[in-house]
Amino acid sequence: METLSYRHKARERAAGSKSLAIIGVVASGNLEVLVERVLPDTQCQVDINTAAVGFGAVWEAVIADFVARRSPGGLKLSINDGGARPDTVALRLAQAVRLIEEDEE
Amino acid sequence: MTLDDILTSLFPKGHGVANDKGVLLGSAPLQSGGRAVVIGVAGRTPLGVDEAIRLSRHVLDAVEQGGKGPILVLVDSDSQRMSKRAELLGLNEYLAHLAKCLIYADMQGRPTVGLLYGHSAAGAFLATAAPTRALVALPGADPAVMDLPSMSRVTKLSIDVLQEKAKSTPVFAPGLDNMVQTGAVLAVWDEKISLAEQLESLLKDAGKNGDQRDRLGKIRNGRPKAADIAERVHDLALQSL
Amino acid sequence: MNPSKPEAAVEPIVLNSKIVSWYEASARQRVRLMLDAGSFQEFIGPEQREESPHLQVFDLPTQFDDGIIVGRGRMAGAPVFVAAQEGRFMGGAFGEVHGAKLTGLLRAAREVASLAVLILFDTGGVRLQEANAGELAIAEIMRAVMEARAAGVKVIGLIGGRAGCYGGGGLIAGCCSALAVSEQGRISVSGPEVIETNRGVEEFDSRDRALVWRTMGGKHRRLLGGAEAFVDDTVDSFRNIALNLISAVPGFGPDILKAEQARLEQRLQRFGMCADAVDIWKAEGVADTEAVPAMAAADFNDLANKAREPRYDAR
Repeated sequence: METLSYRHKARERAAGSKSLAIIGVVASGNLEVLVERVLPDTQCQVDINTAAVGFGAVWEAVIADFVARRSPGGLKLSINDGGARPDTVALRLAQAVRLIEEDEE
Repeated sequence: MTLDDILTSLFPKGHGVANDKGVLLGSAPLQSGGRAVVIGVAGRTPLGVDEAIRLSRHVLDAVEQGGKGPILVLVDSDSQRMSKRAELLGLNEYLAHLAKCLIYADMQGRPTVGLLYGHSAAGAFLATAAPTRALVALPGADPAVMDLPSMSRVTKLSIDVLQEKAKSTPVFAPGLDNMVQTGAVLAVWDEKISLAEQLESLLKDAGKNGDQRDRLGKIRNGRPKAADIAERVHDLALQSL
Repeated sequence: MNPSKPEAAVEPIVLNSKIVSWYEASARQRVRLMLDAGSFQEFIGPEQREESPHLQVFDLPTQFDDGIIVGRGRMAGAPVFVAAQEGRFMGGAFGEVHGAKLTGLLRAAREVASLAVLILFDTGGVRLQEANAGELAIAEIMRAVMEARAAGVKVIGLIGGRAGCYGGGGLIAGCCSALAVSEQGRISVSGPEVIETNRGVEEFDSRDRALVWRTMGGKHRRLLGGAEAFVDDTVDSFRNIALNLISAVPGFGPDILKAEQARLEQRLQRFGMCADAVDIWKAEGVADTEAVPAMAAADFNDLANKAREPRYDAR
């Protein structure tokens, strides 16, 4: 198993007021993303737990791209990875942010 | 100990326990007075619908007849019967029903005691040994959830690898020690001492404090999380109202 | 920990729960859509990170909720306890933490006594990597279900997910007050591959889907009396049947076990020699057994009600 962690500065705070969101499932080719609004507005962090060892560079690139596009300021995203492809990871990260930015029910 | 040895040691005054193709049914006077109802599976017989329905009937008859004596479940079974017919007829219901009858009897004040003296596995274990208030074993008993070769096939890990991993945790591999450590088996009896006496001791101590197996598993370091998680959920649920 | 923390937001799918497939939905989505909007409060949610301590040894990833969601919500205004297994994580199998969450919920239900418990089964049985803990959890759950029922709690099992309801899950289901199952649902102790390995492909070809469904699937269980209700694969159908079953099911007592003993004895007398499900269905007066697998729920239920009226007093 490998644990990775990336801290980034974000342009601005993620919208909305929800403090918690979760998406995905830990299954083969899939992943879950837990999002918590717990950081200062212009910071974000992505923590990953994965059984696929040695893909640090790929994660780094996917996450850097995600941060630049979505500006997830204030969010800590925690991932349990079931061996997902980079495009699935990118999709889930985007879904996760969209979810936490949604209005309360 | 053979089954006959076990029955003789449990019931020095004699017993009326019959073995019909692996299905044990009967009763016997206790050394200390009173009478025990006895059911069981012997000879490593698989537990199928035909066996389970007879065992549950015996338990229900005993409960209906009244009396306060214990119900003993002697176990040397295979796993559940693995056949098309068993599943076609709804084996899950027959096994659950047997477990329910034992649990119900216990809730009505008839202490249920499981004595694992041979093998048991999976669904058979869940229907016979596990639904008792107190499960004890004789040395040499070998319970399993699943045998290592099957586990190896399903997990795609070699038996060697599984055995190596089993050295560091009691949580998955077959064996009596693991079942003791995780809290499934309360105690291993001494086969050199009278089983009747050990049974009498057990019945004296058998409290009505509910299912303590998770606590036992925590104390013995076999299941570090179960008791705490169950308690936390329980407390959160009550607070939520 | 703050027990009134709001639940984690879950990905939205089609808003109209009438047409959401139960089978396709995640456990979180099923819970969210079954219950009244905004009413769900999770106990030990994913943000608590109570993951399995036993999977690392096998280099397997964990899930934050260990594959089961437990909590409390409202259905048509009435409070209920709910547990939902995620069938896509480790096959929905019971591990130490996973099982303990359900055990704790049932023990609370026993004490409260006035709330029903819904168990959304989606499980292959015991998680092999934690086999002893999983098996024990199932034993503890079976005990806790019966203690809750003895206190007057209705425990309703809903079965229609990817993993079915196998192994020890099938035994827990057999302890419930009532069961509802859909076309995709299966209930069995041994799985198809295990039967084939044990008995040979002539007896049971695990790749013969039609055979698997005839033997273990929702329609057969309903016709056999192994489940009280057969429903469409929609969240709404499961929600409605859960409400119906909660009110249809009587309180638990010794008469129920006696009636079940008689029911199961009678089943062996009537069908004990049947070689296949179609023989059982024929014996129950189903004229066109070949049409059964493809029948939609409404038509099937007409047929099933003629063959076997559901009863709620013998489980």
